Amino acid sequence: MSAHTATTNAATDIDASHAKQARKAFLKRIAMTLGPILIALVIAGLLLLAFGINPLTYYSYVIDRGLFSPSGVQQTLTRMAPLLFIAAGLIVAFRAGIWNLGADGQFLLGAVTAAAAAPYLADFLPVWLAVVLAFLLATLIAVAWSLVPALLRAYQGINEIITTLMMTFLGTSFANVMVKLVFLDPSTTVPQTRTLPVTDRLPRLFDTTITSGLVFALVAIIAVHLMMTRTAFGLKLRIVGANPRAAVHSGLGVPLLTVAVFAISAGLCGMGGAIDILGVQGNVRANWNPAYALMVVPMVFLARFNGFASIAFVLLLSVMQIGGESAARRLGVPNVFTLLLVSIVLIVLAIAEYIDHRHNNSVKA
Amino acid sequence: MRVLSERSVSPGDKPIITLEGVTKRFPGVVANDAVNLEIRPSEVHVLLGENGAGKSTLIGMLSGLQQPDEGRILIDGEVRAITSPRNALALGIGTVFQHTMLVPTLTVAENLLLGAPWWQRPRKESLRTEVEALSKSLGMQVDLDAVASDLSLGEQQFVEIMRALLRNSRMVILDESTSMLTPSGIEELGALMRRLVERGLAIVFITHKLREAAAFGDRISVLKLGRKVGEITPERFQALHEDDLVTEIVDMMFGKRSDDPENGKRAGTTIAEDAKTVLAVDGVNLPATQTSPGLHNISFDVREGELLGIAGIDGNGQKQLAEVLAGQISGASGKIVLDGRNVESLSVGGRRDAGLRYLTDDRLGEGTVGTFPVSMNFLLKEVGKPPLWNKGFEKTSDIEKHAERLIAEYDVRTPRGHTPVGRLSGGNIQKVVLARELAEGARLVIFNKPTYGLDLANTLAIRQRILDIAAEGKGVLLISTDLEELLGLCDRIAVMAEGKLVGMVNNGENARTEIGRLMIGLEE
Amino acid sequence: MSDLFTNVFLSALLFGAVTAAVPLLLAGLGEQMSEKSGVLNIGIEGMMLMGAYTGFLGAYLTNSLWFGFLTGAVGGLLVSCIMVILCVRHGLNQIVIGIGLTLGCEGLTALLHHFQFSRTYPRLPAADPTVIPILSDIPVIGPAFFKQHLLVYIAVLLVFVATFIYRRTQLGLNLQAAGDKPAALDVSGVDVFRTRAFAVLATGTLAGLGGAYMANIGAGIFVPFITNGAGFLGIVLAMLARGRPVWVLIGAMVFGICLSLTTALQVAGINIPTDLIQMIPFLAVMAMLIMFGRRSTLPAALGIPYERGAR
Repeated sequence: MSAHTATTNAATDIDASHAKQARKAFLKRIAMTLGPILIALVIAGLLLLAFGINPLTYYSYVIDRGLFSPSGVQQTLTRMAPLLFIAAGLIVAFRAGIWNLGADGQFLLGAVTAAAAAPYLADFLPVWLAVVLAFLLATLIAVAWSLVPALLRAYQGINEIITTLMMTFLGTSFANVMVKLVFLDPSTTVPQTRTLPVTDRLPRLFDTTITSGLVFALVAIIAVHLMMTRTAFGLKLRIVGANPRAAVHSGLGVPLLTVAVFAISAGLCGMGGAIDILGVQGNVRANWNPAYALMVVPMVFLARFNGFASIAFVLLLSVMQIGGESAARRLGVPNVFTLLLVSIVLIVLAIAEYIDHRHNNSVKA
Repeated sequence: MRVLSERSVSPGDKPIITLEGVTKRFPGVVANDAVNLEIRPSEVHVLLGENGAGKSTLIGMLSGLQQPDEGRILIDGEVRAITSPRNALALGIGTVFQHTMLVPTLTVAENLLLGAPWWQRPRKESLRTEVEALSKSLGMQVDLDAVASDLSLGEQQFVEIMRALLRNSRMVILDESTSMLTPSGIEELGALMRRLVERGLAIVFITHKLREAAAFGDRISVLKLGRKVGEITPERFQALHEDDLVTEIVDMMFGKRSDDPENGKRAGTTIAEDAKTVLAVDGVNLPATQTSPGLHNISFDVREGELLGIAGIDGNGQKQLAEVLAGQISGASGKIVLDGRNVESLSVGGRRDAGLRYLTDDRLGEGTVGTFPVSMNFLLKEVGKPPLWNKGFEKTSDIEKHAERLIAEYDVRTPRGHTPVGRLSGGNIQKVVLARELAEGARLVIFNKPTYGLDLANTLAIRQRILDIAAEGKGVLLISTDLEELLGLCDRIAVMAEGKLVGMVNNGENARTEIGRLMIGLEE
Repeated sequence: MSDLFTNVFLSALLFGAVTAAVPLLLAGLGEQMSEKSGVLNIGIEGMMLMGAYTGFLGAYLTNSLWFGFLTGAVGGLLVSCIMVILCVRHGLNQIVIGIGLTLGCEGLTALLHHFQFSRTYPRLPAADPTVIPILSDIPVIGPAFFKQHLLVYIAVLLVFVATFIYRRTQLGLNLQAAGDKPAALDVSGVDVFRTRAFAVLATGTLAGLGGAYMANIGAGIFVPFITNGAGFLGIVLAMLARGRPVWVLIGAMVFGICLSLTTALQVAGINIPTDLIQMIPFLAVMAMLIMFGRRSTLPAALGIPYERGAR
């Protein structure tokens, strides 16, 4: 049958053009990601130049110290652990269309809970069990903290941006109150929680200073990625995020899924806090707030909510932070430069996507 | 081009606005196709047409919201572009849109004052005197201090007409202004229009109701599928007897044209008397809302192999009926029995499992997730169910195979299963939705405007599919605003108006006229 | 305890409350205008910070506080221009751009400050208060409320100016329409983009002024990250005030008192963690939301870019 051969021919044509298209799409995606980064590096570099600093010197120093020096790379990888947990939490929320801007509060409460629970539990439990329980407790507290905005959003339709923002202010203060009043270590004059001895903390990897928390963090973000892309549950969350009306039409229980999203997102952020304490810090000092989340948000955007890409961008952020801290000492460029760089990348990316979108539309019409 | 008769009601009434060959396209749709139109002062010019006839687009261009792709607009004989709503107002064109354009949180007075220079203080006092004068001459009252959202739809509409008049409009466009009015409200509006044209204004009155067109119009232009298919000049209007007028317009609106899609008429299929009832709906009610008329005591049943059509002008409760049946909206009462089993307490998913399927008319808005691949959209309502998911984990290659099978079976023209469904044409998206809803175990399928906005080839393919479903012994409920479609496919056709079933017609020789008359409110 | 609440203490407490409240008030009033017109301005934190920096710089270089306020307002205004171009004109995601602007201003101001002053933190001379005769002689309240910098009175005046604008001018109607039903505004012949652009620019100006006050009067110094979330507090205030400027004033004072109380108690040597008091307003707000939470508190079109004739 001629019709039959025609369709198979068409099919192979489609196959070939499909492969080509897929390659093109992939290359475009790379370009759309690396392009804004390069443009941002140039813009920020020009700024450095204006301050009389050779941008090439600065950039190469940052990369050298953040990535290629032995101590630098170990610090970088250690820093990645909490950041990856936060990234995982944000991916779940953003993919489901929930703007969780309260990650910093959730992170800090997780940290304080872990810092308070671990040394206490270690007094009468095996250390490993104490650490595990502290980790779980921290997660639980962070989840509980997110319940108010979750319920308000799911059943009252109250914008989660304002509620999570407020809960993060509240959480920061609350964490401090707990450190200063309840969990204060009486044996020191510095206001801080009891310190988990270095030997009791999460083991370091091999002979390095890299925390094993990194492994947990990688597992967490990959698990989140797989959950969002490979499981029915993740798919349901993505449907709610991409088209809430389609979710209703398909019979999904949107309010319950919304609460679940908040819980998972906050839980992961809380884990990030716990892992930072149990693996690296050992205690929480009063007024400690690294405010990681605001920096991780742009990374997650850059990665387009993809877990693996997020790992790469979080690595980049860590390198910039660790290298930037060194550069601050050596080259006299404060490490806030990283903030500026991240911001320019984010804005350039938004503009690039907008132009691309406009271009696609004009081609279509 | 049709040469308009040189009527002279008042001396020198040159057209205010002339449209010459105006064409407007949207992706995949030609909304207006070479439309010619003249709007004259002291005349109520009725634009009559069904949904999708292109009336709203035409208004969009006249009010400066949209720009024509081809053709030109003449104002007072000069070629002008209507670049913005502000420009339209300056040219003397006031529009009362179908969906209210009042700010719900502002008072009537504040709404009327919108548009004055921003640095000014609202001139409430002079507004009050102007409105009072106008109210007196028009014989209608309006409470300037009421908040807009507290007004009834009729009152809101009057405020909008008032707004157009306060702006010294020479021409007022009324878009489907009667669709939300009570019968007495409609009479009042008709009288008001008459008083306005007596003042020398031009009125463009858009409606789909023939009776109103005949009662209030001086001149009628009939639109169909984006084209102007006929015009009745004031002379003919006056010369014709009302019955002849109605017949002539019904022919224009619903008559078959040579280039209409030729359908296999559903002739000779008889449903056995003892065919089992698939769906029985008994006394379904739904409270009315701001935007919908609700449902009032709807009862009907569909038998195995039967195609029941629901005719009616858009927005008369058809969508609500479909959503109540599918379980998508709560708050309804009444019985819904599927295969002898009460399903009204089941969830959306439960009803789907029981065999009730609903193809929404909003294919991209709620039927699919545009950014998701075709393969996932096939499964939107089956997420997590075996065999394509194993304990919650998707079996990617099985899902792809499943997609490939359906793509072939339903002839979806897509590069691959990975392609985001939003990139496909409307017809192919509809095929994806169709494939999803007809999956395993369908007993009764509700179609809501299944071919709306599709090209001919896809329309025919979808219609054939609908016939096939009925032939397999399933029940079909076909909601459509396209009378041809219903007449071509259905066994029986129910007509819906304002949330009620106003009549049930067996498809046959006289069905077209009967339904047409029910639809435009000639028989109730 | 009784000797704690002396007149001097109370007066200092209230004085500090006003100082802390003014930047929040300005930011809240600004954000309120954006939100009224339908733009969620998350970049306000950055605008404040930029205003704090340029304001300080202006005052430091010219030795004129008023010139500093001017440059502060201009600083905020410039940042808001980016928001107008990207979000109002071109409809980019307001949250993404807002976060980007905030981060960018945090980085840029800290960097600029570093290269300008290295590690020295020059101070501005203390500002001369404008003493209002008679009223300033009232015990407790007088020194707190009527011996403030002139800008404080202006800020309070702005509350009434804003109320006047919203209630009594065409502009106010336009702003509300742009947020509640932009299409209705458009068909009335008013440009939705211009209306929203005006609101965002006003937000930037007010936020910049608030930042400048913070640096020049509140602290007398610029340090990186000086605003420390005040812009975000402004967002919270604006959202809770439901479009009424007076509520922004009340909210700002409540937050101001809580902030001031923390320092006052520290000075008095009372050992209550400052954070506990800072939690109070947020707790109150969350409790209110839980009890009275409804959908209708925000403009219908908030955060949604306007597109004419969108189908």
